[in-house]
Amino acid sequence: MSTDAYVKTGTHFMLGNHAVVEGALAAGCNFFAGYPITPANEISQYMSQRMPKTGGVFFQGEDELCSIFALSGASLAGAKAMTATASAGFNYMQEGIGYAVASEIPMVIVNVMRCRGENFATQADVMQMRWGASGDHEHIVLAPASVQELFDYTVRAFNLAEKYRTPVMVMSETTIALMREKLVIPERKAITVVNRKRPDIPPEKFIPFRAPEDQAPPLPRFGDGYRILHSLNPHDEHGGIAWDPDVFERLYHRITNKIRSNYDDIVRVEDFYLDDAKVALVTYGSESRPARQAVRLARQDGIKAGVLKLNTIWPVPDRHLEQLAKRVDKMLILEMNIGKYAHEVERVCAKHCQVDSVIKNRGEIHSATEVLAAIEEALK
Amino acid sequence: MSTHPLWKYLRPNALPHFFCPGCGAAQVLNFFLRAADEVQLDLDKLVGIGGVGCAARIPVYLHAECLHGVHGRTIPWATGIKLHNPELNVVIFAGDGDASAIGGGHLIHACRRNLDVVMVVVNNLTFGMTGGQMAPTTPRNVKSATTPYGNVEDPFDICKLAETAGATYVARWTTAKPKNAKNAIKEALDHKGFALVEILTQCPTNFGRRALSSGRAIDSLQWLKDHSVSQKKATGMRPEDLESKFVLGTFVKKTRPLFMGSSVYPKVP
Repeated sequence: MSTDAYVKTGTHFMLGNHAVVEGALAAGCNFFAGYPITPANEISQYMSQRMPKTGGVFFQGEDELCSIFALSGASLAGAKAMTATASAGFNYMQEGIGYAVASEIPMVIVNVMRCRGENFATQADVMQMRWGASGDHEHIVLAPASVQELFDYTVRAFNLAEKYRTPVMVMSETTIALMREKLVIPERKAITVVNRKRPDIPPEKFIPFRAPEDQAPPLPRFGDGYRILHSLNPHDEHGGIAWDPDVFERLYHRITNKIRSNYDDIVRVEDFYLDDAKVALVTYGSESRPARQAVRLARQDGIKAGVLKLNTIWPVPDRHLEQLAKRVDKMLILEMNIGKYAHEVERVCAKHCQVDSVIKNRGEIHSATEVLAAIEEALK
Repeated sequence: MSTHPLWKYLRPNALPHFFCPGCGAAQVLNFFLRAADEVQLDLDKLVGIGGVGCAARIPVYLHAECLHGVHGRTIPWATGIKLHNPELNVVIFAGDGDASAIGGGHLIHACRRNLDVVMVVVNNLTFGMTGGQMAPTTPRNVKSATTPYGNVEDPFDICKLAETAGATYVARWTTAKPKNAKNAIKEALDHKGFALVEILTQCPTNFGRRALSSGRAIDSLQWLKDHSVSQKKATGMRPEDLESKFVLGTFVKKTRPLFMGSSVYPKVP
């Protein structure tokens, strides 16, 4: 077992929520704030044990609003900050997420999705992850499907947040958060850790919100002498509050474009038996697990089915989806909700092939046999 | 040409300020600059925080790090900053809405924890920026944009609230007592722990016109004077006579362990 306080290198049998904590610490997280909510509690409880050992700060806010805004304050003071919550608590955090987008503050938010009021399996927040905050924004949302991916994607979420100066979200689910599985944590030196750029010019020459239109500007720490105004109000490149429509347009173009124009860096998908597939299952999160099993079963029956697993769910992997749509006969979108992300897939793919939504909205994940039946039905 | 000795504390190109003529918030900025100058506050290590509203604009004019623009979340920002870097000085400028309405839940917990920040509550007894609606501080019976027949609610005493919740420095003054107000901010800057200075300010545009039937700042100031009593005088007054009065003075000045978050346990084995 590793003696490294941050990186617990080794092979573990670990709870998904605990893997999030290990991923965060491996990525250099040194500030956590959260408010109790099931089924995310194991994240804050385990963090309250682990964080003090690394010298970082664990803070339990009086509510979600306090927690998410404490992240903004800590991050601007130089911390790598994270919170974890679950659907109903995620609602409250939208205010702070919107502010972090507008003022370009790196942070990581883990939302363990649950059905309304209970800890049943669901993917109901897939749209809230993207559209919950007021104001214009692009979001980066990663969708893990296993305990290993909870670790890996939490590390990646920090790296993307630091690089693009924006809140990055990990869309966890009850299914994987409360599951114990094998987790392999690599050596510290094998884990890529990205830290935000700091200005390399003195305060009097630094223009805090000036950057190329596909990038975020460097971010100094509070106390470094840069004396920056971080306002939710439209701000010019110097940070001054400005009501000029040109200023507003330029600002929101850059803070959305820095994500839109970096598709290749941000978007990740995984193929499974897609080379010769006639039917493609499009999945994200834990629904990719029964999908893969169903495809194995279908292949035994000679059915040419495959899975496209969306590891980055926002921004929409539209180029990958469209390429796939051009070479299959049918796409099935698997979801544990009333059929939400299906609309995005239809938007991109319906002009190339038939797109159907396969939903299960009763607090249970699809079984492989249910998915297989859907594949067979689609081929009739 | 010589410049004003306090000019160096103002953010370049931020003026003119946006306050209405006669507004008390600009006076509070003045008090703060004088207090900061007297304690020789290092503005490189200062974070000024404002939420939303007229008072929230005060830190925007300071040449310091600044957070601004979300209503009621001043204390959560301050908490994150202080827990990560306790060396920074954090000063919050909150209106009565930021402090006692939408942000009231955060206030009691910052007092309870004894978070080491200064909170200047600029209490103009109304929601000024949005047009003079009733606030949790609006006196009973007066008219506002949302109480056209008179306010039926009893107002908060923010200082009593802070004292009860555990704040370690609490004082109240008015813009009619500029030296006292400045000295209270100075004491708060020197204080270790949660320091709340409430300054009652005139809002001629929206409180004056609606509640006092006068848009003249001088009338609002006179009203504040007429409704203020010193602590000493208040001790001899009957409770019913004190009901419509603002008691001025320093109510709490004590020390308690500071809130440092889990970072106080860095050497857990």
